[in-house]
Amino acid sequence: MAKMKKKVKTITVNADKCNGCRACEIICSSFHATPKYSSVNPARSRIQVVSHRLKDIMFPVVAGEYAPAECMGRDKYIIAGKEYDECAFCRAVCSTRDIFKEPDTGLPLKCDMCEGEDEPLCVQVCLNDVLVYEEREEEVEAEDKPDELEQSLQALLDDHGLEKLADILARMAEKA
Amino acid sequence: MRYAETGYNLEIDLSTGNIEKVATDPALMALHLGGLGTDLKIMWDRVLPETKAFDPENLLIFSSGLLCGTPVYSASRTVVTTISPQTDLLAYPLMGGFLAAELKYAGYDKVIIRGKASKLVYIWIHNDRVELRDASALKGKGAIETQELIREELKEPKAQVAAIGLAGENKVFYASIEQSRSSASRLGAGAVMGDKNVKAIAVRGTKDIYLARGDELMKLMARARAFVQHRNANPLQIAVHSPQHSGIVGSTQEMKYTDESWHTTGFAWGNARTRRKDFWTKEIEDNWVNSQTKAIRRFISCFNCPQECGGLIDHPGVPRFMMKCFSKLTYAMAAYVDDLDFTWKICQRAFDYGLDSFSTPQVLAFAVELYEAGILTDADFAGCPTDQEGRFLWLLDRVARREGIGDLLAEGTYYAARKIGRGAEAFDHNTIKKHEQMNIKLGMLDPLYYLMYSTNEKISITQIEGNWPQGAIASREEREEFIKDWPQLPDEKFKQYLLDWEPRGEKANPFYPTPEISSEIVDWMETLHNIDDALGLCAGWGSFILKPPYHIHNYPQIISAATGLALDEAGLKQIANRNRNLHRAFNNRRGLRRADEKPPADHWKHRYPEYEEELLTAYYKFKGWNNEGIPTKTRLQALNLAYVAEDLERRGILTDGQDEKES
Ligand code: SF4
Ligand code: SF4
Repeated sequence: MAKMKKKVKTITVNADKCNGCRACEIICSSFHATPKYSSVNPARSRIQVVSHRLKDIMFPVVAGEYAPAECMGRDKYIIAGKEYDECAFCRAVCSTRDIFKEPDTGLPLKCDMCEGEDEPLCVQVCLNDVLVYEEREEEVEAEDKPDELEQSLQALLDDHGLEKLADILARMAEKA
Repeated sequence: MRYAETGYNLEIDLSTGNIEKVATDPALMALHLGGLGTDLKIMWDRVLPETKAFDPENLLIFSSGLLCGTPVYSASRTVVTTISPQTDLLAYPLMGGFLAAELKYAGYDKVIIRGKASKLVYIWIHNDRVELRDASALKGKGAIETQELIREELKEPKAQVAAIGLAGENKVFYASIEQSRSSASRLGAGAVMGDKNVKAIAVRGTKDIYLARGDELMKLMARARAFVQHRNANPLQIAVHSPQHSGIVGSTQEMKYTDESWHTTGFAWGNARTRRKDFWTKEIEDNWVNSQTKAIRRFISCFNCPQECGGLIDHPGVPRFMMKCFSKLTYAMAAYVDDLDFTWKICQRAFDYGLDSFSTPQVLAFAVELYEAGILTDADFAGCPTDQEGRFLWLLDRVARREGIGDLLAEGTYYAARKIGRGAEAFDHNTIKKHEQMNIKLGMLDPLYYLMYSTNEKISITQIEGNWPQGAIASREEREEFIKDWPQLPDEKFKQYLLDWEPRGEKANPFYPTPEISSEIVDWMETLHNIDDALGLCAGWGSFILKPPYHIHNYPQIISAATGLALDEAGLKQIANRNRNLHRAFNNRRGLRRADEKPPADHWKHRYPEYEEELLTAYYKFKGWNNEGIPTKTRLQALNLAYVAEDLERRGILTDGQDEKES
């Protein structure tokens, strides 16, 4: 496969500095509302702050890739004596958990680095330097990446099966 | 479509177990905004003056503010509205934290609770699913611990929980409601919750809140953010007595700043008695700085606020807890304990019991004084350690458990003094309207504070003051500097007032500001508080600090962009005024009169009784109230509150001709 230059965008999460305010969740969910900024709902945010304040855990997790199947094993974290839910800090959008899914449709949510903005908005609103944005260039193998629509459809397919999905699409096509 | 608000309240009748989701009248926003404003309307309509705090007919309302859940910074306040067991007037303690926004996302603006449950329950609200769940296993558990236990039981780590501790269960008159890093603590709302047999309220919401003109709102918030960032980098200097208050934006920044020379030498120790002007020595400073830096593990914010004025406290031998604000000093000062380590110990226990950090230390110090004066005896104190720390912790336990002398003390200094008798009444010297006040005793009568102490419905001075400097600025140069950059002012004339106001001489307290100017300044400050309390904003971003990010010139734009309500400054002032007068009338209907409106007799050494009456009269007149402090019919009618005037007339509280004669 051919080599190509790729811009890698990263958000460094300095969780030690997080104060748990969830400003990042609020801005993310309103930026991604349709139309933009027409609503707020942190449950739709593509960054979620895992908080257990008394245990000194305030941990922003940014939504990563959609995972069609669950992992073979599960991760368990014990931090400062507190055992966390399995996979609490995992970034994947996965069928075993509700995190990073639209609350009403279950469609996967993925961080898109706030396309069109100079800097991801969560980074802009976090005044406490928890979230730091960086861009760098890397050489990578060229590959075909599924686009967002395809990914969403794949997620529905995994959850509901091909037959049901085809049925619904057929019905919708009829109506249209 | 409803914007910023959900348009629904949750009505819970504990006596019958009936739960209903009720659509609200969309016209109410234009009349009262939301939060405290709409609570006042509900309380006026539904809680009669005969209803006492512990009657089933008393309501307990958990309300979000109008802007909670929107992207407006610091819109985190839950206002808890009920009748106070202590004052028999309206109680409306507010708390920050995370509950209010979660409630909005669950689809409700308010939870209105009436009746009493037959056994201890907690309320679980998960979007459209609402349950009363058995809380017998939580009986006696701490208010902090309970929040964790409920999240675990529900397997909902993202549920936000407000809970009472043992003090609330035992109806201690100054019991608080604790939630995350915040507490709704003044005037005993926790006791009403305990009386209703509600241990906690847990909420998880995943619905949308809509914004009328989100784009515009985001631009306004970007400006607010830039303002706060700038202020954080360039704290205010002039008129700032200690950087914790007003230096930077936020509720009093007691966790960030360690220098307490101003509070510890200026405020009164013990039962609000003694100033220790030499207290802040190098040795003390070392102890306090060391103790505080070690204890604070992380700074913690409320929902959607970068200012992290709270702290996660980790002190050896003490379970972790979160604290903020002036509780850092109230217990230590009341107990005459010089070691700051004591604060972490006693505050954890007091918060877990769910007790107000202003009233409680005063009550305990009052008990110690009574003991020292021989009014309380060895029998009352049997088993009490003799050292100051041990004594306070022991008394705290007695109060929360209502054991022995604690049972009397649980009703606060006013009632305890009268029940104890034998001269104890004289030791109840620091209450207003039966409510314990800040531990301050000063020299010269201050006309602004005189009015704020006397008249405000909050009955708690810290939450009335704010936008105007606490004292005259010493030099003319500094005054000139200060007024240069003051866009928050409602009117340019205030600049002249500030320029003219001198620390000493003719243009100084008590005769300057004049009664008329004092009325204007106080009215302006309390208007801001009323707006914040209706919107659910942190006072540390508006009403409580000097030169804040939110003010009368940008509130209307913010409200309008979020809610779609067409609103200008005059319109907003009119709403705040309407709420203020409804509030006053509600308390008047319950018996509040001029005779109740006075600061503690020893608050200042130099008093001017006749002049004070003049001040009060001027202020009443300014507000459009009669000589008894009751809104006149004309004033009420001008504020679309004719129905209030009619009710007051029917009850003989307002009489014909009074308007003309006395206003
Ligand atoms: S905005 Fe920053 S400080 Fe606030 S929760 Fe997000 S990461 Fe933490
Ligand atoms: S300033 Fe403090 S109290 Fe106010 S919203 Fe921010 S963190 Fe909460």
